[in-house]
Amino acid sequence: MKTLAELAQIREKMKDKVGIREGVNGVRIVVGMATCGIAAGARPVLNTLVEEVSKEGLSATATVTQTGCIGICQYEPVVEVFEAGKEKVTYVKVTPDMAKRIVAEHIKGGKPVAEYTIGNYKI
Amino acid sequence: MKELSLNILDIAQNSFTAGATLTEIILEESADKLTIRIVDNGCGMSEDTLKQVSNPFYTTRTTRKVGLGIPLFRQAAEQTGGYITIQSTKDPVNHGTVITGVFNKSHIDFTPLGDIASTVCLLAQGCGEGDMVFTHKIEGKETVELDTRALREVLQGVPLSNPDVQLWIKAYTTQQYEK
Repeated sequence: MKTLAELAQIREKMKDKVGIREGVNGVRIVVGMATCGIAAGARPVLNTLVEEVSKEGLSATATVTQTGCIGICQYEPVVEVFEAGKEKVTYVKVTPDMAKRIVAEHIKGGKPVAEYTIGNYKI
Repeated sequence: MKELSLNILDIAQNSFTAGATLTEIILEESADKLTIRIVDNGCGMSEDTLKQVSNPFYTTRTTRKVGLGIPLFRQAAEQTGGYITIQSTKDPVNHGTVITGVFNKSHIDFTPLGDIASTVCLLAQGCGEGDMVFTHKIEGKETVELDTRALREVLQGVPLSNPDVQLWIKAYTTQQYEK
């Protein structure tokens, strides 16, 4: 049973983490959520990213957000990972299973999953 | 779109982009009819834009040349014998847009609503500085509701997009449907 009291507990757990309030987290995961992304299956990908980030205990250091059309509709669902001081990593044609691996190996482990990136995509 | 809840997610993004401080998503469901209404107080559309929005080759985007959000929503309604209506005004005081879709549920081409709880938590994540109120009235059942204003009061600055908060919203919405 989910209650507002439980939500207040989450607040207490997160309130000391200044980063989440100011949006200056270590890692920002962005999912394309325009018509093209949604139709290609971006919603379950975003839901999976949120679940995995929470499960791995990374909720205070990583954010998962939505953006509009990135302009490469044929590669949707597209997931971009931004990290301060590092080059942006763009994952294409992402599925929920791929999203799990991205969180485990890249967000948690710090090593991008090269085979899922746009540079590695074979047409 | 395989689920109407995906259309809702798609259309409501336009309200957020229009700078709405409040977006209401109101579903009313009886045995044979589903009405989906998206009401926002965003910047509204001009008469010229309003005439164009159902045209797939019209979009305000610059990254591509087609805009399929409204056309797909319209198709989903019309293929059940239903329809959509759009009212919008740029009036300086009462600006905003209302999009209504009426669906005949018993029609063979009715698209199921699908995973609406996933849409609700992503709407709460995507509404930015604005607020979102979701209401689903189902005949003979308890109304399902989620108001981000009430959640913000509890959260006191912790963002709605926080992954732990997101999971709470999804579970909170799902459990209301199970009542």
